[in-house]
Amino acid sequence: MPVDLQAVCEIIERHGYQSSALIGILQDIQERMNYLPRKALLQVSKSLDIPLTNIYEVATFYKAFSLEPQGRHTIQVCLGTACHVRGGARILNYLENLLDVKTGETTKDLSFTLQSVNCLGACALGPIMVIDRKYFGRINIQKIESILDQYQDR
Amino acid sequence: MNPTLRTISELQALRQSLRRSRDETRPTIAICAGTGCLACGAPDVVEAFKRESQNLKLDGKLEIRATGCHGFCERGPLVLIRPEMICYINVIPEDVPEILNSTVLQGRIIDRLLYEDPITKARIVHEHDIPFYKFQNRLVFGSNGKIDPKKIDDYIAIGGYESLEKVLSSMKREEVIEIVKRSGLRGRGGGGFQTGLKWESCRKAKGREKFVICNADEGDPGAYMDRSLLEGNPHSVIEGMIIGAYAIESEEGYVYVRNEYPLAVENLTLAIEQAKQYGLLGQNILGSGLNFNIKINRGGGAFVCGESTALMASLEGRVGEPRAKYIHTVEQGLWDQPTNLNNVETWANVPIIIREGAEWYASLGTEGSKGTKIFSLVGKINNTGLVEVEMGITLRKIIFEIGGGIPGGKRFKAVQTGGPSGGCLPESLLDLPVDFDRLQEAGSMMGSGGMIVMDEENCMVDMARYFVQFLQEESCGKCTPCREGLDQMAEILNRICEGRGKSEDLNLLQELSQTMIDTSLCGLGLTAPNPVLSTLRYFREEYEAHIREKRCPARFCKHLISFSINPEKCTGCAACVKVCPVEAITGERKKVHQLDGEKCIKCRGCYEACKFEAVSIQ
Repeated sequence: MPVDLQAVCEIIERHGYQSSALIGILQDIQERMNYLPRKALLQVSKSLDIPLTNIYEVATFYKAFSLEPQGRHTIQVCLGTACHVRGGARILNYLENLLDVKTGETTKDLSFTLQSVNCLGACALGPIMVIDRKYFGRINIQKIESILDQYQDR
Repeated sequence: MNPTLRTISELQALRQSLRRSRDETRPTIAICAGTGCLACGAPDVVEAFKRESQNLKLDGKLEIRATGCHGFCERGPLVLIRPEMICYINVIPEDVPEILNSTVLQGRIIDRLLYEDPITKARIVHEHDIPFYKFQNRLVFGSNGKIDPKKIDDYIAIGGYESLEKVLSSMKREEVIEIVKRSGLRGRGGGGFQTGLKWESCRKAKGREKFVICNADEGDPGAYMDRSLLEGNPHSVIEGMIIGAYAIESEEGYVYVRNEYPLAVENLTLAIEQAKQYGLLGQNILGSGLNFNIKINRGGGAFVCGESTALMASLEGRVGEPRAKYIHTVEQGLWDQPTNLNNVETWANVPIIIREGAEWYASLGTEGSKGTKIFSLVGKINNTGLVEVEMGITLRKIIFEIGGGIPGGKRFKAVQTGGPSGGCLPESLLDLPVDFDRLQEAGSMMGSGGMIVMDEENCMVDMARYFVQFLQEESCGKCTPCREGLDQMAEILNRICEGRGKSEDLNLLQELSQTMIDTSLCGLGLTAPNPVLSTLRYFREEYEAHIREKRCPARFCKHLISFSINPEKCTGCAACVKVCPVEAITGERKKVHQLDGEKCIKCRGCYEACKFEAVSIQ
């Protein structure tokens, strides 16, 4: 897939070419492209005059960034304490088995990326699973398959 | 576009005209639109109210308001009808026509939408009579239900920015600091440092410029009060920050907010925009000569960035690694300039202190902890939600009277306070007053206010392992004691949970903990052993059962349990067959099923699916 460098330049411009805005710039690129393509990072490095290694350091430090392409749908399973005591880890294990991926990985057909997240702050609804920002509260193993079916073909 | 307010009297005039145009006796329907209620269907309820009120031609006769979080997340979506304060719970769009027809137009209460007392079975009409709300003191959080956070006028109409007026018109900078000092306000983010002292040090520090920061990187899992404040009442935080900026003479402020909180970012962005339009942020605020602006920075998802020096590094666009604090951030913080950082809830307390006075504020709470604190009461508890209580209230009162106790008739085992750096407190400490110092003495801490309740089915060794693994993942890796210490602790705890624990492991854990406490660089490493130490202190017998008897008393740890189907209880309904992801359960309908222990991955799916308690755990 070609990388839209024009979009990258626009994002950098919106942040006023400030090197202190690096994290914000990377967030916007991640948001738009679903991951941080190497070519985009090279562009950021050039425009902001920051060595690529420094950008790599930031991109791998923060959880919000990914250097690999992500699936069409992102499944996040909350592992915050409240969800943990209500069995969040079991939901995640079950999904790992079902999708045949480990946490953090993407299915071969690029349909789902499975992630864990430390607390979404909707603890009353735990355990929670979020697919593309839509919350599914109080889920259990029985409910998962029918929820995923809604996303399978799109 | 709102007109800029050039003077304090223009703001006062605006408030008066807003108040005149608002009829307090007119019915107002406040629908909770915090993240919790939104996730369980509040947007459809709001739409239904708008649509139906048009159908019934009620325009102008009633007000419909999507507000921030009301706190009682367990029973969302929540609908509150003013002025009577009728509280309806679990409202769905289909209920809306009836609410408008019966309750709003005819004053009839709909019984089935009321809260039912679990013991007396009585239906409770008014919000303030529901036990969940009755014992609270919602000083900071109470305004959430009154205003639409997307409208600055709502905040101004209920007295918002009055404290700023008071400060700018009649108070010297020193006086502001003096009031905050005398109020006894302590930081709500975890450390519990005296806010007034921090302001004073920052004011006295020398620098080219000064910064104020609002720490909204609420990373503690199981805590979401800061998010709900930013979502539901962003202007209270902004007003607090402007007052702080005035006191320490800063012209630039930052809010560092978690990116996992999209609604908080949205509402705060809008609030800052609106405050700018009114001239409450920007140059020469209300003609006072004060210049102040606020920028929002979204976090990158790193827990350690809740630590002040790591947060500042992140604001500068670098990786969030903390530094040693030989020099405090109030002297050299962001860009090496004097910086005053406070947490969201701390900032939101400031306008209240200015308005009500230091003495009044200090009359609330205990000797060392003044005012109120918002807790997120979550986990194995009937009434999950956000509760604001006066400092000094007992844990028992919070958990059993406000929280309504443990669901499913299970037994209370422990409450974990203070986030991953806090500790687990047992039943014998339930009468402990909630206060910074008492919690610390008991081996836990106030933290940002997470309160996670656990019942008999939660294994305390597993809890310790959970927190250690959490911190292991979140440790930035800069200093060795934290990075390696957590690694080793996680390995030992894993070993114990898997039944491979050794008798010397407990001493080793204690030793490692002490080393980390003595030598770690920042708060993350210094407090990381707390979950281990507190569970060792209060639940040692559980560790010993894992190690000596290879037994998990809570029947939780995977490696120490096995599943089987009780042939006397199994009805052959095949519910378990369907959920088993590895086809370990076989059997025909209406015949007793078989569970193959070899294939079983112990996911508990069958245990949860069985309605006849036929799946048992040994």
